[in-house]
Amino acid sequence: MTTVINMPPSLDDRTFESVLQQLAPLPPDEKVLLDTRHTRWASPYGLTALLVLAQTRAERPALYAPEAEETASYWARAQFFRYAEGLFEMHGSVPRARGAGESDVLLEITPVSKSEDVHEVVGRIQSKAQAILAKELNLDPRATMGFAMTLSEACQNIVEHAGRGGWVAVQTYRWQKRLGRRVVQIAVCDGGIGFRASLESAQGRRGDRWDDAMALEDAVIRSVSRFRDAGRGQGLAGIRRYVGRWDGKLSIRSGTARIAIVPSWDEDVPLEEQLPPFPGAQVLITIPERTAAR
Amino acid sequence: MINHIDLGTVLRRTVCDLYSDLVTRPTGAAVRTGIEQQLADAEERTLTVIDFTHVGLLDFSCADEIVAKLLVTYCEPAGAAGRVPPPRDCYFLFKGVSDSHLDAIDAVLQRRGLALVAQTDDGSPLLIGTVDDGERRAWEAVTRLGRAVLADVATEVGIEEPQAELLLNGLTRRRLIMRFDEGYVAVGTGP
Repeated sequence: MTTVINMPPSLDDRTFESVLQQLAPLPPDEKVLLDTRHTRWASPYGLTALLVLAQTRAERPALYAPEAEETASYWARAQFFRYAEGLFEMHGSVPRARGAGESDVLLEITPVSKSEDVHEVVGRIQSKAQAILAKELNLDPRATMGFAMTLSEACQNIVEHAGRGGWVAVQTYRWQKRLGRRVVQIAVCDGGIGFRASLESAQGRRGDRWDDAMALEDAVIRSVSRFRDAGRGQGLAGIRRYVGRWDGKLSIRSGTARIAIVPSWDEDVPLEEQLPPFPGAQVLITIPERTAAR
Repeated sequence: MINHIDLGTVLRRTVCDLYSDLVTRPTGAAVRTGIEQQLADAEERTLTVIDFTHVGLLDFSCADEIVAKLLVTYCEPAGAAGRVPPPRDCYFLFKGVSDSHLDAIDAVLQRRGLALVAQTDDGSPLLIGTVDDGERRAWEAVTRLGRAVLADVATEVGIEEPQAELLLNGLTRRRLIMRFDEGYVAVGTGP
C-alpha cells in the first residue's frame, strides 16, 4: 500500500512540518508518495529537507514532480532532481538537469559528507556571494567572508557529527509576506544521528529531562560538543555571533525539537518541543537585506 | 633565528594544491602538522613568522586547529603558570592577518585563554586574545621602549619592580615577549 503525502503549495521550514505530521503515524517501511504537483514554490530548506526525508525512509519513496513549469524549472536549476532521481521513484515531467554554471541560484543543492565537500562549497560560494550580498542585500563587504565562514561551519556539522551525508543550498529571494525585504538563506540538512545522539555518544544521558530540546540548548546556547577538547563547540558559537551581527535568524531542528535565535523582525518562538520526529539536524540561517534605517 | 612560514604554501603542499581557504578541522590539523615539522628542524630559540597573506578564508575550526593548538603546545595560556614547559623555545608572529582572519583567530584565542602578536599592515605589532590590563600595559611598555630592562618597564607602567617582574615573567612564559639576558623585547619589534 502506498500513502500519498500532500505537499503544501509553498514548501519551507514552517510548512514542511505539515509533511512530517502526515508521516508521523506511518511506519518507516511504509511506501509513501510525495505529491508536489501543486507545489509552486520551495525554499532551500524545503528542497534539502525533501532529499533528507527520502534518505531516511526504509522503503524508497515516490515523488510526483511539480506541474507548474516555472516551479519544476527552478527545482532543476537548483539541482534538486539531480539528487532526487537517486532517492525517489520519479513521476511526472522532470525537466532536463542543467549545469550548475547556468544557474541563478547562489549555491545549488550540494551534497556534503566529507571535508573536501566543505572546501568545494566555500570555494563556489565566495565568487558569487561578494556581488550578491553587497548589491542585492546591501550588506557590508565584511559580511561576505563571515557568510562563507558560517556556511563552512554549518556544513562541518554534517561532516563531524551526522554520521551520514546531507545537503546544503543557498538562495536569495524576496520575503514579501514575512519581512518585506530580500533575504539570503542557508539550509544545511542531514538525516544523521542528530544532536541528542551525538552528545550522548560522549557523555551519555544527562539527567531525567534529557531530550532533543535539551541537547539543542546544550549545543547551541552553551556550545557543548561531544568532543572533550576545549576548542570544540566554536562552530555554532561563531554562527550565532555572525547571525547576531547581521540581524539574522538561526533555527536548528533535530529529532522532535527546534531551537531558534530569533531577531526582532521575526515572531518565531525560541524553542519548540514535541514536534513530529525527523532524523538528523536541519539548520536554517536567514540574513535579511540591510535597510537604510539599520 | 627567524623562520618564515607561508600558510598558503603549507596548505597547498600538505592538503591540496588547488586550495586557498583554510577551512575544516582535518585541513587545519594537516597544516599544523606541516608547521610543526618545520619547527622540529629549527634551532632551540626561534621566532617563526606565520604568514596569512595568501590565505583566503579562515574558519573557526581551522583557526582552532592551526593557531590555537600551536599556541597551546608552545605558549602558556592565561593563568596557567607552572605547567609543563613547552618542547622548544618558540615565539610566533602572525603576519598578513585580514579582518576576517582576525574574527576567527580572536574567537579561538578567547575560548582557550590564549594571546598572540600580529603584525599590522604598517608593520607595527598588535596584541590580540586574552590578556589582562596589567599584561597589556606591560607589553605596550616593552613595545614602546624597544629593548627594555625591568626598572624601565616598571617606571613606564607606573608600578613597583616586583609587580613589573611578575607581569614580564608571565608575558615571557606566554611567549609574547622575549628575554635577552637582563632585557626584554616584545615579539614583533626585533631585538
